[in-house]
Amino acid sequence: MQGRGPWQERVRAPGEPWVWFTAVGLTVGLVMILGLLGLVLVQGLKAFWPRRVVEITLKADTSPQFRGSRVLAGERVLERRKRHPAVEVAGPSEDREWQLFLGNKDVYGQAFRFVDVADVERVRMPSGLLRLERTEYGPLLAYPVALESPGAEPLPAEHPAFLATLQQRIEEAHQRRGEIRRLEKKEIGELNRQLEKLHWRLRALERRQAGGGDVSAELAGIRQRQRELEAAYETLAARARELRAAQERDRLVCRLPTGEEHRVPVGRLLSFYAPNDLGWFGRLQVFATRLREFLTQEPREANTEGGIFPAIFGTFVMTVLMSLAVTPLGVVAALYLREYARQGWLTRAVRIAVNNLAGVPSIVFGVFGLGFFVYVLGGQVDRLFFAERLPTPTFGTGGLLWASLTLALMTVPVVIVATEEALAAVPRSTREGSLACGASQWQTIQRVVLPAAAPGILTGLILAMARGAGEVAPLMLVGVVKLAPELPINTTFPYVHLDQKFMHLGFHIYDLGFQSPDSDAAQPMVFATTLFLLALVVVLNLTAIGLRNHLRRKYASGAF
Amino acid sequence: MDADSFQGTAPAGGTAVRLQTAEPRGQADTAPGYDPRLIEIEHFDFFYGPQQVLFDVNLTIPERHVTALIGPSGCGKTTLLRSLNRMNDLIEGAHHRGDIRIRGRSIFDPHLEVIALRKRIGMVFQKSNPFPKSIFENVVYPLRVAGVRQRAVLEEVAERSLRAAALWDEVKDRLHSSALGLSGGQQQRLCIARAIANQPEILLMDEPCSALDPVATARIEELILELKRQFTIVIVTHNMQQAARISDFTAFFYLGRLEEAGPTHKIFTSPKSKRTEDYVTGRFG
Repeated sequence: MQGRGPWQERVRAPGEPWVWFTAVGLTVGLVMILGLLGLVLVQGLKAFWPRRVVEITLKADTSPQFRGSRVLAGERVLERRKRHPAVEVAGPSEDREWQLFLGNKDVYGQAFRFVDVADVERVRMPSGLLRLERTEYGPLLAYPVALESPGAEPLPAEHPAFLATLQQRIEEAHQRRGEIRRLEKKEIGELNRQLEKLHWRLRALERRQAGGGDVSAELAGIRQRQRELEAAYETLAARARELRAAQERDRLVCRLPTGEEHRVPVGRLLSFYAPNDLGWFGRLQVFATRLREFLTQEPREANTEGGIFPAIFGTFVMTVLMSLAVTPLGVVAALYLREYARQGWLTRAVRIAVNNLAGVPSIVFGVFGLGFFVYVLGGQVDRLFFAERLPTPTFGTGGLLWASLTLALMTVPVVIVATEEALAAVPRSTREGSLACGASQWQTIQRVVLPAAAPGILTGLILAMARGAGEVAPLMLVGVVKLAPELPINTTFPYVHLDQKFMHLGFHIYDLGFQSPDSDAAQPMVFATTLFLLALVVVLNLTAIGLRNHLRRKYASGAF
Repeated sequence: MDADSFQGTAPAGGTAVRLQTAEPRGQADTAPGYDPRLIEIEHFDFFYGPQQVLFDVNLTIPERHVTALIGPSGCGKTTLLRSLNRMNDLIEGAHHRGDIRIRGRSIFDPHLEVIALRKRIGMVFQKSNPFPKSIFENVVYPLRVAGVRQRAVLEEVAERSLRAAALWDEVKDRLHSSALGLSGGQQQRLCIARAIANQPEILLMDEPCSALDPVATARIEELILELKRQFTIVIVTHNMQQAARISDFTAFFYLGRLEEAGPTHKIFTSPKSKRTEDYVTGRFG
């Protein structure tokens, strides 16, 4: 045959390696993101999975004893190469150490301990050991011995009904705890609010008296009412004291793995399970229960135990309020900039400034929020509407409203830019069609341009929410707290408390990870909290995306 | 409608400036007593910034007839059309000299609200531009912006306009689905229905068929012949056959000047100007 014709010639397309290069770039990015998400997901969920408890017997001769005992038990958290390997250790397998979670912090003083693998003589998984959640000092890992009740024979752990009885006593204690909480938070809280109101009225009357008015009759009425309320308070407080005493009555006697005997009042126990006696299904049940409690309960013990519900709720409410503030503000600003303002150097400058605003560090917005919203606006609001409470600030201190507005200000450039793009994407012919029908410019914007731009505006809102929900630094200045006594929306009038401080998942992560006394104990909580912060952002975004898709379907237009 | 027979019976007479006409065939089509000088354009110059695009245009347009504006691209015919309802106001730097009067009143009168003007003049654009709303809401849009709220009125207007635009039978079962789901021809007829919903006196059409296939074009042309019983229609078209088929009068523009105007059959059969003859016979343009 002849030589290759023009169609058989092999031609190398120029720039082919760049395709590879771009693919590698994307892959690196994806791997890092998926790796991070995977880490958070696995570590976050692992925090709820019940671990087996191992009992370790240390070698008699060489090893240092733990509290005078050669035996200790705990959950094996991690195995790692020793940081300072002893010189005499040779084999690679002995070059390692285990981190054990021992629990029993009230007795041991520390909940975690490293054990040199070289010192371990024997490892076993003891049956009958219980892991008991407590209201304080973290979990207890111990063998039950007996249940003591005053005026009754102790119930030994060998008795077949022992665990059922313990469970029942714990539930009774739980009910009492709920009752105490209700008494103290609701009823006594209500009395306190009334007393506070009387106190303010008293102060107002005193001021009038100082001004020469005759208010003695009113003063007497208020003092009388104060005495009544104080008497009611005494009754309730006595009832609460009674319940507290009942919480301490029954005691669980148990033996710690290190051999000491320990007594704990049943009123301080929350729940228990036997980690080594659970089957796969039992562990799954424990997993589900712990997950549910984490999501629905309040934190305990400086946030290192218990749940994160107030933080989830606070984050949710703040993000929703932020969205409610940022959307109208951003849309209105973008409308003026795009539709009404004369396009010239000034609008160009404004547009550049808005874009740059998105690059300002968030802490600067926090400082601005503190200075402007909290001190100037909040202080003014207090002087005008809450003068009788001064010098105690109401709105003149960080709170939900100011935090939401600060974040709204921080995210408004995102909404403006997205809205402007969406407005620019509405075809000129559509606007002309509306104007030709005799519509004014505002009618055109309101009835034709904005609906057509709505999906694009929602895209901006999604970006703003993603940025705002995960922000921590500015919030620390304008209203986030480690522990809020009440949810910002509750059953007390006026139900939505915009002046209240609130908890936030992002700040919770910072607080747990870097401010808690025992960072080892807090680590699983950090991962779990991160997981649910991500989940909350995803849920909020999915809601907005669903809304956007609904709008797109409604207009059946692929232009956005 | 048969284009040849229409041309054959089209009126004779008329001048370049003032279009005089006798009743075309089928007087029932066009009510007697029409105003031959509904729109009067006098010494009209138009500028986009420093660039002048219309030069001393003088033209009158009669009521309830179809007047076609033809000419090569860039000759200013669309600019003139858009001046009639002051759509050119939107363009920055645009200004004019001379005057346009409708029923004797200047549309540039500072006391005349441009919104009121546009309510009397419907407009159909080159590319169909339905709003991202339902079919029903598209049609009643001119009434909505005029503040009409009564459901019964809106429904009646929607049906009447859609029937007039020959679209009713195709969409009556899905009035409340999105207008963007219609085909191109249907969308253009929807825009016509919208343009006539508020009973305007004048209907401006800017190359309404240029984006449509021949079948859809034929339907729109039929529709235009129906609509001229009620409305004064001014249409810009690039299609010589179309101008010949549907218009009663034709104005030929060349480089921003009105070259020749008169009854359509005269422009197409015995034009005075050499350029007009070259253009309508397809020698240039």
